Amino acid sequence: MTARTALFISIVVVAGQLGDLSLSRAMKTVGEIKRFTPLNVLRFLGRGFRVKWLWIGISLMAVAFFSLLALLSWANVSLVVPATAASYAVGALGAQFLLGEQVNRERWIGVIIVCIGVALVCI
Amino acid sequence: MSESKSQRSRTFVLLALMVTFGSSGDVLLSQGMKQVGELHSWAPGAAIAYFARAFGSGTLWLAIGLLMLFLVSYMLVLSWADFSYVSPASAIGYVLVALMGYFFLGEHVPTTRWMGVSLICVGVFVVGGTHPSTKQSP
Repeated sequence: MTARTALFISIVVVAGQLGDLSLSRAMKTVGEIKRFTPLNVLRFLGRGFRVKWLWIGISLMAVAFFSLLALLSWANVSLVVPATAASYAVGALGAQFLLGEQVNRERWIGVIIVCIGVALVCI
Repeated sequence: MSESKSQRSRTFVLLALMVTFGSSGDVLLSQGMKQVGELHSWAPGAAIAYFARAFGSGTLWLAIGLLMLFLVSYMLVLSWADFSYVSPASAIGYVLVALMGYFFLGEHVPTTRWMGVSLICVGVFVVGGTHPSTKQSP
């Protein structure tokens, strides 16, 4: 793996997960939805789109997406897609340290097993 | 039903919707783009004509609709559930796609992929045993 490939895989994983974490932060700011009527869901989404973290999240996801497109223009998909399975572990780390979620040992074990499983599926 | 049990049930329902919309949206997006064909030139005229053709495809619009429903379900579930719960649990989508490929499209699924599918099931089961929300809203 070249240094450029490793760098772009890191950008795809980190930017993608920071994007999802920002989206999660935005939705927690809006608060838990309790009533699932169509009007209430629309109002809830409208409130979500007024939170700056949602737009930060979408921008980071766009960075991850375009980095992935660039990466796939020279690197093999059989390397890139299994490598991005590390996203689940990076996401759990971010959730613990940036969002303050309590990721206990049981959840960590599950996350690691999922990472290995996704890598095997994508090989 | 206690608040905790009700929250867990809502989480499972939203995760099931997320995975169903996301997986079927991805499959239809792939099918729609294959119907449109490969983009051979990035010259402005050719690229505009290509994307105009792509957006004339009903399959592509159906895929976009499903992926929007995926995003809505994702946003709703994240309003209460931990990201560290939702993210690994949604990996069950890989299992769904592998099973759909095997049973409906008659695709060959190699042994390593079945091993991966089994591991994902175990991992999702372990994560699913934890409480969906460990933190109060800020």
